[in-house]
Formats: sequence, structure tokens, C-alpha cells
Amino acid sequence: MEVLFFLIPLSLTLAGAGLWACLWAIRSGQFDDVESPAQRLIFDDMEKAKE
Amino acid sequence: MAHDAVKITYDDKITRWFLIATLVFGIIGMLVGVIVALQLAWWPANTHWSFLSFGRLRPLHTNAVIFAFGGNAIFTAVYYSLQRLLKTRMWSDKLSWIHFWGWQLIILAAAITLPLGITQGKEYAELEWPIDLAITVVWVIMAINVFATIAIRRVHHLYVAIWFYLATIITIAVLHIVNALALPISFTKSYSVYAGMQDALVQWWYGHNAVGFFLTTPFLGLMYYFIPKAVNQPVYSYRLSIIHFWSLVFIYIWTGPHHLLYTALPEWAQTLGMVFSLMLIAPSWGGMLNGLLTIRPVWSKVRHDPIVKFFVVALTFYGMSTFEGPMMAIKAVNLVSHYTDWTIGHVHSGALGWVGGVVFGMTYYLVPKLWGRPLYNPKLANTHFWLVTIGIVLYITSMYAAGITQFNMWWAKTPEGLLKYPNFLETVLAIKWLYWVRLLGGSLYFVGILICFYNVVRTILAPGAVTVDETVQFVPERIHTAVTLHERLENKGFLFSVLIFIAIIIGGIVELIPTFAIESNVPTITAVKPYTALELQGRDIYVREGCYNCHSQMVRTHATEAQRYGSRSYAGEFVYDHPFQFGSKRTGPDLHRLGGKYPDLWHYKHMIDPRSTSPGSIMPAYAWLVTNQVDLTQMSVKLKAMKRLGVPYEASHISNAEIDYMNQANLIVTNLTNDGISVNAESEIIALIAYMQRLGTDLKNASADELKNN
Repeated sequence: MEVLFFLIPLSLTLAGAGLWACLWAIRSGQFDDVESPAQRLIFDDMEKAKE
Repeated sequence: MAHDAVKITYDDKITRWFLIATLVFGIIGMLVGVIVALQLAWWPANTHWSFLSFGRLRPLHTNAVIFAFGGNAIFTAVYYSLQRLLKTRMWSDKLSWIHFWGWQLIILAAAITLPLGITQGKEYAELEWPIDLAITVVWVIMAINVFATIAIRRVHHLYVAIWFYLATIITIAVLHIVNALALPISFTKSYSVYAGMQDALVQWWYGHNAVGFFLTTPFLGLMYYFIPKAVNQPVYSYRLSIIHFWSLVFIYIWTGPHHLLYTALPEWAQTLGMVFSLMLIAPSWGGMLNGLLTIRPVWSKVRHDPIVKFFVVALTFYGMSTFEGPMMAIKAVNLVSHYTDWTIGHVHSGALGWVGGVVFGMTYYLVPKLWGRPLYNPKLANTHFWLVTIGIVLYITSMYAAGITQFNMWWAKTPEGLLKYPNFLETVLAIKWLYWVRLLGGSLYFVGILICFYNVVRTILAPGAVTVDETVQFVPERIHTAVTLHERLENKGFLFSVLIFIAIIIGGIVELIPTFAIESNVPTITAVKPYTALELQGRDIYVREGCYNCHSQMVRTHATEAQRYGSRSYAGEFVYDHPFQFGSKRTGPDLHRLGGKYPDLWHYKHMIDPRSTSPGSIMPAYAWLVTNQVDLTQMSVKLKAMKRLGVPYEASHISNAEIDYMNQANLIVTNLTNDGISVNAESEIIALIAYMQRLGTDLKNASADELKNN
């Protein structure tokens, strides 16, 4: 079952990439505000330009 | 610092095309689904044409609904929402269109090759290597376009839906490449680089994560964008949606082994798969509740708005199937549920309910927006909704009933401890009527999507409104600091690409393992020998006809399994199986201990007319195996390829391939002639009979000591 020794590191690498992305997101302030992004999605349409 | 407003025109044309492709391929994929459902209820529907038999059409159905219907729906959602969330047009229109046409060509190639029996023989990964390469290229093109669009975005925050899309793009790329690694012997035939148990593990690592990252995460992204939009309410808890995402991503990747419980997979790996599967309930239900609570403030809309109806049904089925799945991953439950129609019911509650539900909800939301006119007939959308709902209920309840009947009958014992239903066929005939109910349910669902398509086409063709791409004014958050910010973003993008590259390289290394690890691939069961040329050819035919769609080759580690089929299967028995053929469903009985059970004549008659040996059988007839002749010149090529993959053939095996083939074939021909059947030695059926007679027989000569460690 030596393929396990590759699938597991591979899965860990993917998880590691996820962890890195998560830390990046936290550090760069992606999750500083977890209220307004939800609101903003709804008010999006108000920015529409009427041609 | 105040910035000037910029005008942004979104590329909506690409979204329109992906949406139409979604519906068209939904219709085709579901039509094939209805056909295969009919074939199971009424075997003559298999016809006498090889390209319409169940074993070839079932992969077409699964590939079409997952990758053509589901895939195009994902891309519709991504192209529509990504541009709006990031306040920018896609980075490159050209790449968008290469992606669109590339994907449709891949679907076309699948629709041609699968009915022809051109397959790698691994579920949901059947497409042969040239198509696999094309998928990789098109996928990477899409990834570049999406990453570049993120890099040029005008808002800082990445909305949660985008995270779900990114997880899909990266993970699917890695899974696809690792699982599809194969050694080609021609343009239309290749052998998996992995063998037996290892191939099975890679396949289900891929298989379950395909469910996770192709049928779950992208549609969750879709849900987190389109549900708030459709009900005009912010997500109930944005915080929860972020937790939902990260926990799902970290847990999903470990669940694959739950497809291999009670097999020769190491016990700890089985437990790992089971535990992580159970953990998945938490994020899944968090997400389901988050979706439902988002709709709650406007709950009355459920009564009349078809969009909301579809989303509510989708979330309900998401909740149901993400509860059911972990339950089925519990070893004790899996022992009785695995290989039965319960699994088919489970899959369709997720596919028809969850995926179908969000796709139709999105469709009815998008069509008026993309074509700038109201839906042709909202009442028809309502009819569609009820057809879908009733269709699913009929489908899954019939499959649950069939599954329960199966495991009751498979496990039933007489007071003496013998099998109460030793003849597998009895357990098939008992559930046959439920296959008709399933057909009815599936047909209702199919009529539903036809009505949906009609409604959409009438909307598009309605006179009046003009179709234009949406243009918005937006004050960018970050354009004046573009120099530094862009640099930073590009750096991040670069770092991200490097990480992905590393992940993929590790995947590439996996390719080399079977070659490097030949030593450890040498069977620990000395009695297990490589297939002869004739048997190998028979195995290729077995793979081509898709026998694995209905027959397993894995007797699990439980006494009752052994009672029905013979000794349990050992990992060491499969070391020459490129690809593995464990199967995942027993519409027919397990075949791993079939060798030597019946005379050659029985197999011959059974393949030509299954009803002649097994009255009432629902198996298709394979008359073309008698007329089709094997090209013997290919045999040395095949043996050589196997040798490269680590199968210990000697030089004489390869040089004498044709002679050995004919010698063994003539023995079977003689047997059949004695029974009054005259058949050509090069007929495909001879090779298949040889393979059938070989299955699981090496074990008879194995020493007990070796088996202890296997």
C-alpha cells in the first residue's frame, strides 16, 4: 500500500495550500469585517448605471 | 481618498452560452439516465447494438450529468458572479471562449468514445488519455483566467463564493491528474499506472473528492451568491459561511477510504475515512442552516416564487444527503448498504435534489436578467418544480426500498445458518418492480427539464426587449494605489501558483511509484501469477463492456460474504490488475470467485443469452462477442505495456504472445466443440471466457502463511 505514502503527503500539501490561503486571507484583512460583505452583495444593484 | 467612478461592462454573453449548454446537456444526460433506468427494468432496451448496452451507456450518463450538465452550470455561476463580485470584466474574453468551446468539444468526444467502449474503466474517470489531457489543458486555461481576474479586481474583499470556486479549481486539477495517470498503448487504449488495491485507493480518493469538489463546493459558492440575490436578503451569517468553507475544505480530502470499507485496505485507513466522513456533518449542516435562515425573513416567497422553491428544495436535499452520507460511511452501516441500490438513491438525492435544485433556481433567476425580459411563463416553472419534487421522491424512495430489500435478502439466513436466498437472481427479481418506479421518477424529472428548456427558449425568443451586457458604474476601492497593490497581488498570485505547482509535482511523482516500487509490488502471494495473453485480452473486453457497472470483484472481509461468494479477497490477488475492477454496485453478483464455478459452455450461453442459463436475468446479451475478432498483433504490445508497469512477464511471454494466445484459446474451443458449439478461436468471447475462468482461482494454490499477512 505504498501509494498511501504519496496520497497522504499530497493531501497534506493540498491542506497546507489551504492553510496558507487561510492565513493569507486573515493577515490581509479579508475577514476583518464579516458583516458588510453580506450586505454589500444585496446593495450591489444600486450601483448600476442606467444607460 | 476618493476615486473617480469607472464604467464596467460585464461579459454576459459567455454566461448566456454556458447557461444554454447547461440545459442542453442536462437534457441529453438525463435522457441517457432514463434510457439506462429503462434497461434495468426491461432488459430488451439494451438492444442488440453494442453501443447502446447498459455497461457503455451508464458511464455516458454519469459523465454527461456530472461534467456536462454540472460542469457547464458551475461555469455559468462562476462567469456571472465572479465579474460582479470583483467589479471587473473577465481578464481575457479570448480565454473565456477557449474554455467554453474546449469544454463542449471534450463533452462531444466523451459522447462518441464512451458508447464505443473506449474507456479507462474507472468510475467517473472513464475518459481515455487524450481526452484527459484536453480536460487538463482547458481546466488550466480557465484557472488562469479566474486567477488573473482576481488579480485585477477592484474590490479588496473576496466574497465567500469565490473561495468555494477557488477550492474547486485547484483541487479538481490535482485529483484529475493523479487519478488519470495511465500508460497509453494506442490513441484509444491505456492502462492505469496503479494496480489493484492501490488503484482502488487512488480512484476513490479521486471519486469522493470529485463529489466534494465538483458537486459540492462550486454549488455552495453558487448558493452563497444566488440565494441572497434571489431573496434580496444578506446571508444569515457571513461568519458561518466562512467557517463552513474552511472546515469543509480541510475535512473533505480525507474521506475517500469510506468507499473501501471491509476490503483489504489497512484498517487504520478505513477508520480515518470513516471518522472524517462523520465530521463532515458539522460544516454541511451549518451551511444548510445558513442557507435556509437566509431565506427565512421572506419565507412566504416559498409559496409562489419558483426560484425560492428550487433553492429550498436544494438546501433540504443538501442537508439530507450530507446526513445520510456520513451515516453510510459508518462501517457497520456500510456493510449492509454498500453495493446496494441505497447508494444509487443517496447519490441521486444529492444530484437531483441538491445540484439540480440550485441549478434550476439559478436558471430561473438568470434568464430574465441575462436576456432582459420576464420569464415566458412562471406557471410552467411551477410545473417544473412539482415534476422535480415528485420525481425525486419516487426515485429515492424506490431505491431505498430496493436497497433495504437487497440487504435483507443478501444477509438472510435459515435456522441452520445457511443463506436463505443462495441464488442471487432471486434478490434481483424481488426488486425489479422498483426499477419501474425509479424509471417513472426519473422520467418525471426529465419531463421537468424539457419544460424548463421550453420556457427558457420562449423567453429568449420573445419579441421586444434587447439583449445587452450589463454595465455598471463603480468607484474602485484601490485603483490609485494600483502600482503597489497590483505588485503585491501578483506576488501572491505567483506564490499561490508555486504552491499549486508543488502539489501537482507531487502528483506527478506518484506516476513513478509503481515503476520504482516494483520490488514491493511483487506479490506477497506467490501463487498469484500474471494473466496469460488470452486472459488479459478477456479482461480488456470486460473493461470495455463496463461489466464493473453491475458486478463487483471484491468479496469483503465478512463471513456471510464468504458464504455467498467464496473466500474473501486479498490485496495480493490484485497486484496485476491495471486498472482495478472492484466495482461499487452489485446489480448482479460478485465475480471475484467465479473462476471454475461453471463450465465454458455455461459462460458461452450466458453471454449470448443470459436468460438461457439464468431465467429472468436482467443482464444484456452480448452477441457481438462471437462475431468480433481479436487483433492478435496487439497482444505483444499489451504484454509489453504491462511489463513496463511492473507485471513480471518474461521476454518469452511477450515474443510468444500470439502462440500462447491461440494454444489457450483452442482448449476452450475444443471444450465448446465437444458441447456442440462451433466458434472461432479468435472470437472475443473465447478471451472473455478465459478471463472469467481465471478470476480468483490462484488463491487455491496459496499457502496459508502468506494469506495471514495479506
